[in-house]
Amino acid sequence: MELTGLLHYGVFTLTMVGIYGVLALGLNVQWGYTGMLNIGVAAFYAVGAYTTAILTAAPSPDHLGGFGLPFIVGLVGAGVVAGLLALVVGLVTLNLRSDYLAIASIGIAEIVRLVLKNEAWMTNGVRGIAGIDTPLASLVPGYADLGYLVLVGVILALVYWGVQRAFRAPWGRVLRALRENEPAALAAGKNVLAFRVSAFVLGSVIMGLGGALYAHFNGYVSPSDFQPMLATFLVWVMLIAGGSGNNRGALLGALVIWLVWSGTEMLAGLMPEGLGTQASALRVFLVGLLLEIILLTRPQGLLPEKPPRRVDE
Amino acid sequence: MTEILQLVIYGLVLGSIISLGAIGVSLIFGILRFAHFAHGDLMTLGAYFALVFYGTLELPMPVAFVVALALTAGVAVLLDKLLYRQLRRSSPVILLIASVGVALMVRSVIQMVWGTSNVVYDQGITMPYVVWGLRIKPDWLVILGGVAVLVTAVHIFLQHTTMGKAMRATADNMDLARISGIDTERVVMWTWILGAALAAAAGIFLGMDTRLHPVMGWRMLLPVFAAAILGGIGRPYGAIVGGLIIGFAQEFSTLVLPPSYKTAVAFAIMVIMLVVRPTGLFRGRS
Amino acid sequence: MSLLQVSELRGGYGSGADILGGVSFRVDPAEIVVMIGPNGAGKSTAMKAVFGLMQVRGGRLTYKDQDITGLPPHRVVRHGICYVPQEHNVFPTLTVHENLQMGAFLRKDSPAREMERVYELFPPLKEKRRQEAGTLSGGQRQMVAMGRALMLDPGLLLLDEPTAGLSPKFMGMIFERIQEINALGIGILMVEQNAKQALGMCHRGYVLAQGHNRLEDTGANLLANREVAEMFLGG
Repeated sequence: MELTGLLHYGVFTLTMVGIYGVLALGLNVQWGYTGMLNIGVAAFYAVGAYTTAILTAAPSPDHLGGFGLPFIVGLVGAGVVAGLLALVVGLVTLNLRSDYLAIASIGIAEIVRLVLKNEAWMTNGVRGIAGIDTPLASLVPGYADLGYLVLVGVILALVYWGVQRAFRAPWGRVLRALRENEPAALAAGKNVLAFRVSAFVLGSVIMGLGGALYAHFNGYVSPSDFQPMLATFLVWVMLIAGGSGNNRGALLGALVIWLVWSGTEMLAGLMPEGLGTQASALRVFLVGLLLEIILLTRPQGLLPEKPPRRVDE
Repeated sequence: MTEILQLVIYGLVLGSIISLGAIGVSLIFGILRFAHFAHGDLMTLGAYFALVFYGTLELPMPVAFVVALALTAGVAVLLDKLLYRQLRRSSPVILLIASVGVALMVRSVIQMVWGTSNVVYDQGITMPYVVWGLRIKPDWLVILGGVAVLVTAVHIFLQHTTMGKAMRATADNMDLARISGIDTERVVMWTWILGAALAAAAGIFLGMDTRLHPVMGWRMLLPVFAAAILGGIGRPYGAIVGGLIIGFAQEFSTLVLPPSYKTAVAFAIMVIMLVVRPTGLFRGRS
Repeated sequence: MSLLQVSELRGGYGSGADILGGVSFRVDPAEIVVMIGPNGAGKSTAMKAVFGLMQVRGGRLTYKDQDITGLPPHRVVRHGICYVPQEHNVFPTLTVHENLQMGAFLRKDSPAREMERVYELFPPLKEKRRQEAGTLSGGQRQMVAMGRALMLDPGLLLLDEPTAGLSPKFMGMIFERIQEINALGIGILMVEQNAKQALGMCHRGYVLAQGHNRLEDTGANLLANREVAEMFLGG
């Protein structure tokens, strides 16, 4: 019994680490590779989650769809819709300086949050969308989540492989050139906007996938799952702690910070009953403090960025 | 016609509150070159400080107001000494990220100390004055008067005191300021004091107009940034105009859009401004 | 006793290579000293080193026999040395008058006397005292910059290419003003591209090349020197 409980907790933790790992890889494409400040991670995460919810949930009068389509369609749809949103946003805002982009990205997150809350015909408003299937639940009989963990692991591995390849390809080298010294890359005749938009879209597609993975794991999505700052902020702390610009660092950060985040939950559990609000606020405070300490003492993260080898070496 | 005028009044109140926040954002950007994302949460903090002295300790509102401004300024100076100052040598983007962390930490503390429910300064409903069919809440007169006094004070400070001039000089060219013998660390400190005090005032006025809530300031961050950018970032006078424009635009948008999308209007104006004329209406820094 | 004594100065920017490989020079009280040399000789760098604007890695700087080696700019100013950079040397959104006031930031007393003196030296500034400095012409901006540096009543004024980009009319005027300032008893160290005029008005000059001293002599002797003539005066 105890072992089962522990196993269950372990599977839950690893699945969440996997989902946040996907998000951190997506942010790394935007921030780590290209230096684009997206403070609206939650927007693309939420759009991905809601897209798959609407595509795959059973038909319901409460919201748009559902269309009862298979998981894979939901996953692809999540990436596509998040990518399209990123394309529109990117074309308008990516010519801006990084701090203006940060402000604009907060606006996107806020608007997505407002739409999810207010457009009930589509999203069922604050009540959210339920009945989202967890695929592969029957892979290991009796351990419903274990099968899904395998699936998350496979998708995470594919995303990692993909971004790692992109990072080493000429495309990735141009991105870093743009990040380090834009005028030089500009002089080299690179279409800066096209490169930035493509990186922004790729990162956002990956975040959309992360959202879809979360929706299918949780089985239910509502606006409160995507409190903009929590989702966005945790991903940022993960990336910075792990090492911006380093994909392995992003994954390590996802693991470490998720464990810290879970650890703060236990710490908060030690607080007296009836202080639930205070406890969750304390958790956020501690993660914020952790971020500041990392920035002050080890800004390059646990695994600093290394200039990558070329693919053909 | 009455409806339009009523919206003008709403817009004026909201716009002047936004202006106070935007002046601080603009000043901090002008001197320290980073977008201070914790500004909205400083507004919230100021509002709750005033609640302690007005609601709990039952001091008169003007006293609570001044104390809250001073305490918020103190918090900002402390944050600068402990955190921002240490990071000033790294890129402004790192400061920006650090300020996002500060925003969450400040909000967490507010939630821990004061909880997450809505609070108001005064229980009960005050009857609005009705003039020519227009409803005017007495609080609005206090807010507009307060903003006018503060904006005048900021103007006098910037134009007629040595520290105010040094602040403008530092915003123009920090290296030259240092070469001239201006103590730029003191200028930075005064920038935080001024910016945070104005943020606290904005938060208190917002609390008087509506209610207090731990995310009240965060929700204002977007309009405040929009106003600062509209006015030309780094230009405190532009920020005032920008704030009023955003305030009017948000209120007038309710004629055609559901009120819950007010923030989206501020966002749209900001994006259009950034695309069409990134230096703002009054040629701020690019 | 010399006013400024610089010996065997070595240094560069950040962690980069040394630009100065051991430069020595001095300014005596109420003297005009000019540094000339080809591009990249380290003239401006040497001046910035005096003012604490770059990393000093070796050598010694004294001002009025006090060690000022490695002091940051705001401490150097307190010793009575003022610096006028070549570019971005005014506060563009401040008025002319406010620019001058900023020069007096460190003063505890009223700077009225210095303000009057600056307006006497540069009468056009008095007319434009309420105008934003960013709207002035290049020559007028140079006056504001020099005026600002005079507000602390310095013992030594460092001028980095004060006539760069100015028309010949303004150039002559600026050189005249520099001599007038010097006549007030203020030592002047300046870097100049217009070697002929500068050597013609200075007491002594240094020729730097590749971060080292090349020649040192009176202005008149340097003007007559064949090597200098070939290098800077168009043969």
